[in-house]
This record gives sequence, C-alpha cells and structure tokens, in this order.
Amino acid sequence: MHVLSLRRSRSPRKVMLGVVGLTGFLVVWQLVPTLGLINSQYLPYVTDVLARLAEEVRDLAFWRRLGYTMTSWAIGLAVATAAAVVLGTIVGLVPFLRRATHTVVEFLRPIPSVALIPLAVLLFGIQMQAALLIIIYASFWQVFVQVIYGVADVDAVARDTARSFGLTRRERLSYLVLPTALPYLMTGVRLAAAVALILAITAEMVIGNPGLGRMIELSRSAGDAVGLYAFVVVTGLLGLVVNLVFRFIERRSLSWHQSVRGEEVL
Amino acid sequence: MTTHTGRIAHRSPGWRLGRRVAGGFLYPLGLPFLLLVIWGLASSSSTNRFFPGPLTIFEAFRETWIGPAFVDDVLPSLYRLALGIAASIVIGIAAGTLIGLFQWLRELLEPLLEFFRAIPPPVLIPVVMLLLGITDTMKVVVIVSGAVWPILLNTIDGVRATDSVMSETADSFQITWWERLRFLVLPAASPRIMTGVRQGLSVALILMVISEMFASSAGLGYRIAYFQRNYLIAEMWSGILLLGLVGVLLAATFGVVERRVLRWYHGIREVNRA
Repeated sequence: MHVLSLRRSRSPRKVMLGVVGLTGFLVVWQLVPTLGLINSQYLPYVTDVLARLAEEVRDLAFWRRLGYTMTSWAIGLAVATAAAVVLGTIVGLVPFLRRATHTVVEFLRPIPSVALIPLAVLLFGIQMQAALLIIIYASFWQVFVQVIYGVADVDAVARDTARSFGLTRRERLSYLVLPTALPYLMTGVRLAAAVALILAITAEMVIGNPGLGRMIELSRSAGDAVGLYAFVVVTGLLGLVVNLVFRFIERRSLSWHQSVRGEEVL
Repeated sequence: MTTHTGRIAHRSPGWRLGRRVAGGFLYPLGLPFLLLVIWGLASSSSTNRFFPGPLTIFEAFRETWIGPAFVDDVLPSLYRLALGIAASIVIGIAAGTLIGLFQWLRELLEPLLEFFRAIPPPVLIPVVMLLLGITDTMKVVVIVSGAVWPILLNTIDGVRATDSVMSETADSFQITWWERLRFLVLPAASPRIMTGVRQGLSVALILMVISEMFASSAGLGYRIAYFQRNYLIAEMWSGILLLGLVGVLLAATFGVVERRVLRWYHGIREVNRA
C-alpha cells in the first residue's frame, strides 16, 4: 500500500519534469538561431519546423512516402524474421550444424549491411528490392542469433521428461522449444524492427528509392533546411512509435513469462 | 573377446586424436571452404558478371588495397572511426554516469533521450553536414552522434541498478565522492556499459561507411561506391570483403577487451552457475 501510494505521488512529478525537459529543449532550439549563435539557414527556428511538420501532415504525398518506407520496412522485417526462425530453429536444434556454421556466421554477421548497398544497386537498380536486400540482411542476424540461443536454452530436465513421456517431434517443438525460445525471439524481433527501420531510411537516402529517406536527401541538396529538420523529426517519431509498439507486443505475448510477470508483481 | 577389446584400446588414442584434429579444423573451416568452392564453380560456369569468382576477388583485393590505397583511403577511415568511437565512449560514460546518479536529471531528460535514441542515426548525416560542412570533423561528429546513444543509455541503466546494499555500505563508510565513483558505481555499471559499447561499435562502423558514401572524395565507403559506379565489380567485392574484415577485427578486439574488463564479472557468473 505504502509502495503504491509512493509510486502514484512520484508519477506526476516524473511527467512534469519530462514536459519541462522537452519544453526546455524546444526553447533552447528556438533561442540559438534567434540570438544568432547559429545562422538560421543552418539551424532553422523550431516554430518554422513545427509549422512545416503540420503542413506536411496535411499533404497526401507525405503519407504516400511514409507508406513506401513502411512497406519496405514491413516486407523486409517479415522476410528476415521468417527466414531466421526457420534456419535458426534447424541450426539451433542440430549440434552438428551449429558447430559447422559457427565460423561462417561469425564472419558474415559483423559485415556492415551498408557495405552491400553498391551490390544491391548493381543487382536491382533504384528499386525497392535493392532496399529490401539491405534491410533483410541486417535484420536477419538479429533474429537468427537470438533464435539459436533460445532454441539451445531448453531445460535439460524438461527435455528428458518430454522424451520419456514419448512426445512426438511436433509436440516437443510446440510445447518445449517454442515456449523456451519465445522470449529470445521477441527480443530479436524488437531489435530487428529498429534495425530494419534504420536501414529502410538509409537505403532511401543512399540508393534513392522513393520514401522518407529520399525526401531528407532531396531537402538537403535543395538547401531546404526547414524541410530537412522536419523530416528528421518525423523519422525520430517513427522510430519511437516502432519501439513502443514492439515493446508492447513483447509484453503482451510474454505475459505468462517470469520476466514480465515479475515486474508487475513488484 | 579379449583380443577385440585389446585392439580397440590399442587403436583408440591415435584414432581419437585424429578425430579431434579433424574436428578442430573441419568444423570451423569446412563450411567456409565448401562455400568458397561452390561460389567458384558457380561463377566460373555462369555468365553473370556481377558475381566474380573468389580468386578474382582475392586478386583484386591484393591489387586494390595493398599499396598506396591503404594509406590514402583505409587508414584515414579507420582513424576517424577510432576517434569517433573513443569520443562516444568518453561522452557516453561521463554523461550517462551524471544522468544516472541524479534522479531529477533522469526524469527531466528521459523523453528527450528516448526521442534521440529513436532517430535513425544516418538521418543525422545531412544535419551535421549542414551545420559543419563537409570536413573530417563532420564525419567524426556523425559517428559520435549515432554511437553515443547506446553507450549513454546503457550507462544510465547500469548506474541506476547499483546494488543498494553496497551503496548504503559505501555511505556508512563515508568514502569520498571520487572513491565511490571509482570503486562502486563504475564497476557496478561496467557490464551494461560494455553491452552499450558493443552496440555502439556496429553503429559507428555503419556511419563511417555511409558518411563517406555521402560526402567524401576519399575513404573506404567512397571507394566502394566509386567502384560500383564505374562497374569495377571485382574491386567492389574486394571492398565489401575489406569492410567485413574490419567488422570482424572490431568484434574480435572488443571481445578481448571485454574479457579483460569484465573478468571479475564473468568469474562471479561462473561461480553462481556452478
């Protein structure tokens, strides 16, 4: 009871401080060009950027570009996750494969996905497929590694029990391997979602397929600082939404799991 | 029966040694070798000029990167990368410790930090370019502006999660502020800090490449993009290979450093598990 009331009294303070911090940041941003510390050509007034943002939101073209970005994000994430779950489960369950693939995985994983941009452009030109190649490559490893860990984490006693009760392969997969690997999988998918968004926008900036990233690059080359800052803010908000949604999904799908239940009891 | 067991006992050490040697080499090197052979066969039998064989790529690698290009393009890139990483670690840990120690500061900055972390780092390249122009400083600042967030946020979490019994003990022993930081807060946060540094490293490498692809006339990223635009396919692949090597070396170096820094931590985990 005491803890509960303490929490409730702290919460408004936290919200208030957060709002103060945010307002303070916006005020400082407004003051810097006003006082001439940085020319407003390079750092536009925050009021201009917000006005531009409001203008863009009413524009249908903006939503279409957002749609392009989110489409390549969603396709890339889905393909990468599906491939990583299938391959990760197979490799994780067979010790021989795990040992045999180890070197290849350890070499391929740290290759920065952006190094593949030139290859993607050669293969697909300025199209969504080029972006998808980069997105899938980057987000695949996030999920793959987590799935391998998760599948290998099955409790030895539980596994032996399942075997002595004569569970079939299919039953073992759905009652034993899946629940063990699910928390790992969700972590992997959450990380992959963030990485996929980063690369979807990066690909649009560098390759030039239509989307928000391309708008950022176009505003830069046109010297449209206000537009540039407005689109950067949009991508930040987009990243925030993706993070929040996947954190929510993770909590919901793991509501039975100790790590989530434990937090709620406290 | 006796001869049978005798024979097995006689043969087994050599056999087992052979098996271990085979396992030691075959497992790590077998599949990469097999893949290279398959690639070589596939590229020599196909007419697709975007996928040259491994031998062609190795040849291009030797010709392209070993020589003046290493000094002109690779070393400056690696230098900027190292500078950016070092600055991110220093700024991230210093600011993270400060924010982690004061609750009001944390609550004040939390929404802002969440937002800045969510911005895809490459988006900051045009912004930094606008503010600083196309200079070496700009590239380092770009690397820092992306790589600092994972380090900063993990440091904050690590500092917050300092064991309360230990910090109360430290209070009652009245150790100085500096000693407290040096012997309690930073060691307690170091596992989380190292996690942040690892995430920061891969972001830094990505930003090094893109910032050079974007606005540069030298450097690894610029070279690879240049090869692609001029249809120097084998050279482009050799650049991708080089970036892969840089990534692997970075990860390996980090692994060594992490084991040294966190030796006590892994020791405790071992004991707890046993």
